[in-house]
Amino acid sequence: MSLSPAERVGGRMRPRWWRLLNLLGPLLGLAMIIVGFGVASQIKTGLDEHRFLIERAERRATAGLDPEPVPERWELIRRQENRFLTVNTFRATANQTVAVGIAAMGMTMIIISAGIDLSVGSVIALSSVVTAWCLRSGWPPLTAVTAGLLVGGLCGLANALMITRLKVVPFIATLGMWGIARGLAKGIAAEQKIDAPAAWLGTHVLVREPQPAWLLVSPGVWAMLGLAVMVWAVLRYTTLGRHIFAIGSNEATARLCGIRVERTKLCLYALAGVCTGLAGVMQFCRLTVGDPTTAMGAELDVIAAVVIGGGSLSGGEGSVFGSLIGALIMAFLRVGCDHVGVPSWVQEMVIGAVIVLAVALDHLRRKKVSG
Amino acid sequence: MNAPLTPSRLTMRNVVKRFGATLALDGVHLEVAPGEAHALIGENGAGKSTLMKVLSGALRPDAGEMQLDGRPYRPANPLDARQTGIAMIYQELTLAPHLTVEENVTLGIEQARWGVLQRRPMRARVRAALDELSHPDIHPDVPVRELSVGAQQLVEVARALMTDARIIVMDEPTSSLTGEDTAHLFALIRRLKTHGVSVIYISHFLEEVREIADRFTVLRDGATVGGGRVADTPLRRIIELMVGRDLAEMFPRVPHEPGEVVLELHGLSGPRMPHGVDLALRRGEILGLSGLIGSGRTELLRAVFGLDPVRAGRVRVAVVAGQPVTDTGASPHGRLAPGVGMVSEDRKGEGLALPMSVADNVTLSRLDTVGRWGFLNLRRQRHAAQRWVEHLHIRTQGPRQATWDLSGGNQQKVAVARLLHQDADVLLLDEPTRGIDVGAKVEIFRLMGELAARGKAILFVSSYLPELLGVCDRIAVMSRGRLVACRSTDSWTEPDIMAAATGGTA
Repeated sequence: MSLSPAERVGGRMRPRWWRLLNLLGPLLGLAMIIVGFGVASQIKTGLDEHRFLIERAERRATAGLDPEPVPERWELIRRQENRFLTVNTFRATANQTVAVGIAAMGMTMIIISAGIDLSVGSVIALSSVVTAWCLRSGWPPLTAVTAGLLVGGLCGLANALMITRLKVVPFIATLGMWGIARGLAKGIAAEQKIDAPAAWLGTHVLVREPQPAWLLVSPGVWAMLGLAVMVWAVLRYTTLGRHIFAIGSNEATARLCGIRVERTKLCLYALAGVCTGLAGVMQFCRLTVGDPTTAMGAELDVIAAVVIGGGSLSGGEGSVFGSLIGALIMAFLRVGCDHVGVPSWVQEMVIGAVIVLAVALDHLRRKKVSG
Repeated sequence: MNAPLTPSRLTMRNVVKRFGATLALDGVHLEVAPGEAHALIGENGAGKSTLMKVLSGALRPDAGEMQLDGRPYRPANPLDARQTGIAMIYQELTLAPHLTVEENVTLGIEQARWGVLQRRPMRARVRAALDELSHPDIHPDVPVRELSVGAQQLVEVARALMTDARIIVMDEPTSSLTGEDTAHLFALIRRLKTHGVSVIYISHFLEEVREIADRFTVLRDGATVGGGRVADTPLRRIIELMVGRDLAEMFPRVPHEPGEVVLELHGLSGPRMPHGVDLALRRGEILGLSGLIGSGRTELLRAVFGLDPVRAGRVRVAVVAGQPVTDTGASPHGRLAPGVGMVSEDRKGEGLALPMSVADNVTLSRLDTVGRWGFLNLRRQRHAAQRWVEHLHIRTQGPRQATWDLSGGNQQKVAVARLLHQDADVLLLDEPTRGIDVGAKVEIFRLMGELAARGKAILFVSSYLPELLGVCDRIAVMSRGRLVACRSTDSWTEPDIMAAATGGTA
């Protein structure tokens, strides 16, 4: 009895385009949202103009003047300049994404390892308050930023220690940190906003018009993209990244293969914490005050971004660029709804529905392929 | 034990391991020669797993001596053991499903410079390992969850080869394999032996041990009770060593007479499987269902029980009162009422709620019998469970004990007890003897016989042919979702069944 080498047990290899398609799904969604809101905004401004012209014609008629002719609706819609599909809207939306996008990079790593971090919003607030506090104390901006990052990293480390030493599940450990960090932020800020000389942090990082025009987008957005590339490289090209995937895929196996699971988690949560810290610094740059009540519920936005981008809460799956697109999808939904004048309660319902829809579609696609 | 003439690869002497007050290992001796397949046999709880954990560095022994190729061997942790040349292949596959073949094979031993992976040399080594297994067709970039179970096991062996393993421990490696994959595994073990690799083979399947092992060691209650050459020892002797008593019979027969038909399937088809299955099951009958893994046996049971949708055909259940119940859109809830019960093959995932107590698990499908108006009478629940615990000889500290504290065999009895408590007339048993020890198996077989004698109808799925031939009245064989043959056990032989299962003809 011997094995014939010709025997096929090897399974089929997914072609390269398949992996591209995985990314393309969320990207397609993003494109659809942008185009959809572009069209909606065009129609809305056209209709507004139409109503305005009719009202004016009626007023002239009642005043006994000659009513001027009102062009066709379609003609008006076509003639309007689009106010949504502009460079400024894109820049503003990108700037709005930065905090969530950067935090989502850390969250992607954590979710791949089958963990979760509920403390993100609180840590963002804490880190932005600490940055503001340092600036107010007269520290140079760079030192203040470093302090902000450090605080984020320490919170991540504390999360990891609770998870690995106290054996508390990530959900509970980070739920604890959610309270602790928020309280600490309020304490440091004495329950009010910290006004601080933001220096170049306020004038250069998250601005509409980037200073050297060739930057195209603000330095903050570049920082987000740079971080994304870094996290992607860590996940793909380093032992740490491989171990993160292994832990999320099957922790027992990882331990069995001699991976130091505890140490890997320590690194992972600390790194993710630094990402969250950077998100907090960005939040400060946007607000230019240290607000301890900022980013309430941001953790859910961040988790939603990762999940829309293809992350699986049961671990082993997730993509850095998917998460980034997920964050952009949510930001564009908000900005687009504002533009079209959708009331905020509808906005929230729309975003909720999109999250469920994105994950359901992803699930459906996977099932189709495997079945 | 006699010292072999060749210098031994592994020597374990007087190994002792305590967990609190309990003595898990109480003086174990084990000698493994280079290039031999050595079977480690024992009932569940005999200490095999603990011993292998000591060997693999996961546990530190409290006393005793270990030598590997003549040198003292004291592994600090699993990684250390792995690098010294001890590789483990566990009962449950221990791969990371999302990672690729290459990533799994190199997991924990990645080559890296400054934390950055060196992909090219790793790829070369993975390819070499797969070539050595004669499986260059397994692509290193395929996620392992897309591989068949057999191929996944090859990946585990490749992982062992990567560390230049001198000893590969296989813990129940065939429990999730089909006959064909098992044959491949045995061919692989023989090849490993010719390369001088020693294999420690842990299995409940004594026929497998006979086929593949050169020598064996039997553990009982944490101590070595015997050993020798497999070829010189009759099977019966090995079993007696394992259980420490004479086995009256491996397959005790309780006389029972088939009666009227209680379950009839007409052209039953599921979403993918089964395909137009016709079958009639009688009261007081044990009907065996054989076939390769993936032939649709489990799917058939699931369709009958209403767990999977029925696409075509009918399921007819005759109840005690006599009115037949027929429908195609049934649910498990709808099946329970006329007295159909099922024991799932996936004990941990589906069959039992392991964190809950024995009493909860036994009464779960009929909680109305131990309560009123939606309130549970906990005392009555415990009494009800206690009755079955005693009746089935379930070894437990009491009905309140959490089910995951029990051994596999006792857990399985809890699953069967649920059907008895539910008073099911038709019992669908999917691999009820998987992963449980010989003693417990015999008890399950006897129980099945007793139930049949009391007029229950049993549909018994098993991958283990001697078991089917030993206890069933009739045996049906499935192949690719179809029922290809069904006849009396007397007219079947093992090769017949295999032929029917693989060829689709009887």
